[in-house]
Amino acid sequence: MSPGNDAPAQATPRQPGQPDQPGQHVPGTDPVGGQAARMWDAGMGRREKGGGKGKGRGRKGDANAVVPEAEFSSYYGRAVLKPPVWTHEIAYYLFCGGVAAGTSMLAVVADARGDVEARRGLRVTSLAAVGASAYFLIADLGRPERFYNMLRVAKITSPMSVGTWILTAFGPLSGAAAVLEAAALLPERGLPGLARRVAPPLASAAGAGAAVTGPLLATYTAVLLADTAVPSWHEPFRELPFVFGGSALAAGAGAGLVLSPVAQSGPAARVAVIGAAAELVAAHRMESAHGVVSEPFHEGRPGKMLRAARALTVAGAVGAVVGRRSRLVSALAGAGLLTGSFLTRMAVFEAGVASTLDPKYVVRPQRERIAARETAGE
Amino acid sequence: MARDVITGDREVGGLTIHANSFSGRLLDPARDAGYADPPPRKGFFTDTSVCIGCKACEVACKEWNMVPEDGLDLLGMSYDNTGGLGADSWRAVAFIEQARPVGNQGSPFAGAATGASSDAMQQDVVAAATDVFEAAARLGTEVPGGQPLADVAAAQTTRGGGCGSGGGGGGCGSGAKAGPKPSGGCGSSAPAATAVQEGAFLGMPGMLAPAAVPDGEGRQDLRWLMMSNVCKHCTHAACLDVCPTGSLFRTEFGTVVVQEDICNGCGYCVSACPYGVIDKRESDGRAWKCTLCYDRLGEGQTPACAQACPTESIQFGDLDELRERAERRRQQLHDVGVTEARLYGEDPDDGVGGDGAFFLLLDEPEVYGLPPDPVVTTRELPSMYRHMLAAAGFMVVGVAAAAAAAAGRR
Repeated sequence: MSPGNDAPAQATPRQPGQPDQPGQHVPGTDPVGGQAARMWDAGMGRREKGGGKGKGRGRKGDANAVVPEAEFSSYYGRAVLKPPVWTHEIAYYLFCGGVAAGTSMLAVVADARGDVEARRGLRVTSLAAVGASAYFLIADLGRPERFYNMLRVAKITSPMSVGTWILTAFGPLSGAAAVLEAAALLPERGLPGLARRVAPPLASAAGAGAAVTGPLLATYTAVLLADTAVPSWHEPFRELPFVFGGSALAAGAGAGLVLSPVAQSGPAARVAVIGAAAELVAAHRMESAHGVVSEPFHEGRPGKMLRAARALTVAGAVGAVVGRRSRLVSALAGAGLLTGSFLTRMAVFEAGVASTLDPKYVVRPQRERIAARETAGE
Repeated sequence: MARDVITGDREVGGLTIHANSFSGRLLDPARDAGYADPPPRKGFFTDTSVCIGCKACEVACKEWNMVPEDGLDLLGMSYDNTGGLGADSWRAVAFIEQARPVGNQGSPFAGAATGASSDAMQQDVVAAATDVFEAAARLGTEVPGGQPLADVAAAQTTRGGGCGSGGGGGGCGSGAKAGPKPSGGCGSSAPAATAVQEGAFLGMPGMLAPAAVPDGEGRQDLRWLMMSNVCKHCTHAACLDVCPTGSLFRTEFGTVVVQEDICNGCGYCVSACPYGVIDKRESDGRAWKCTLCYDRLGEGQTPACAQACPTESIQFGDLDELRERAERRRQQLHDVGVTEARLYGEDPDDGVGGDGAFFLLLDEPEVYGLPPDPVVTTRELPSMYRHMLAAAGFMVVGVAAAAAAAAGRR
């Protein structure tokens, strides 16, 4: 009941200083020098009706929506959680880690098959990607010069600590495999010649080590995001490792398709299909199985990015198979897979951030949990 | 207390306490963290029913802990311009304004002689959740009941006194000059019919108690809820569990503290906290939050906020004793009819194993900006790792299968 609706029938004619519309400010009627009224006119402090108790939407909703939003309470619509302090650098890190892992695994296959060009390109890509991911990880710290404090403990309860040690194992192995490729440039005689002969088996061993730790590098990042209070990261914790693992395979295969001659891209084309399929299936579950918490995966920028990622991943996987005899089509398919993987990581990152900004993603699932418990208890 | 040598699990009163458990009941987090003979667990009981919103706690905390200024903002939502906890606000007083009767007062206008005021009317007003901010928009222009200001002014003139008219906002600040009126302000407890003529409720709270002057038609009750929020010092603290540097640690008092000389600002704790407490200070890149005045505790002193609280809304002490005291207080309030009083965070079986700092609230937790059913994220961590290993295994199998298929086509 708005106070103005119950005006007495004998209301007198409009008085000077009375506004034409409710909510309109009339100059000169403000006892505190007009500042409060100016703020009001500027929209400051205006909020959804009943925002204090929050019986209402507690956020800006579509006024024309046919289905009203479910009611929930909040503290003036303010967020319950703190938004992540991580920036897009973390999304880049997720992507680069995935590329490094996927390429290191394919490099072992190329090594076993004797596909020299493919192996060389994949190993170098893996080193570049893991180097970039380490850079992004450190750059995103509040105190980058203290990054080594990560190495003072090993904590199984902290996925970031676990990931630091995975990266510490993977990085040098991947790096050694890539650097030892340079041995092919050494002369064939004398001591350098010996090094030239010893290098390939060493590189194979290091590459195998990287291929073993690579899958952990690609999937731990899912636990890194899921082990938070961020609703849209935590709730899909079962699917997220498969989304990231599949995305890493697709990205690694994409790099392989771009770098390898057609004769050597057979494994990459098949990995592309497997990785893309896993990513698409897991992502579909992630964005549809969690009620209101799945919503940020559909809306706004994350929604657009996830749709684009899906289209690119499908196109890339199809292109990898159909165009496997064409270097150009293979490379385009590879680029599509890489871009799709990148957009998937960006979408997941941004959807999580969005889910912390609106209290409904915290309050509603928790209220439903309480209601379910009470029902079960009866 | 029997202790399993292999798992470290303890048997206490028929209850198995898992050492280093990710969630569930944990009797003594300090002992669990490795302290051989820790002092009793310390905590806060914040009784919001006696909070007056003075913000002495916020000020004392800032002074003692040298917490920097957190922005001189007017948030335009209530009297809360701190907005919530953060790196530079370790205590934050929430203000909530509601169209509801205060505590056990029931329906103060029910017996009014106007006839229009009844329980049904009251319910209408409450159900409509009359927006006092909307009313404030008509500041100084009319009586909320729709009666033009001039009418009130005329009525007051005929009575030869009363409160200031024409733009005299702030809940009739001129009450003092009314002479015969009670010193508490205009018509503080007068029946509705006369109160309208004595004071125009202009929508903006002033020095009076809220809604002390009821309006003529759209009568409303109004209450303020105030709560001094603080870090909960969870039994299972997600921030501590996920910290990759060991900067966050469990003290011997069972509290959770950041070591600022170790923190490298990774920000993981910020996303892990289910209450949105800890945050990164932009100016120095590190994470900060309430320490429960670890330095004062070491000297046997009370934390600054509890020391400064003039109404004992913030009570500090041994957690066991505080929990008993809180339950007594809740019961006491229920006995006098304040049935909405409830404890929040006191249950050692809740999603975070109980809070070291818990509250007595007068409404749902989310009204105060608190999550209604927080769960420590690490409860699912073992399952997360299992899914991670399954996905990693899938990647290996996938690549092996692709390699085999490609080899067959050669």
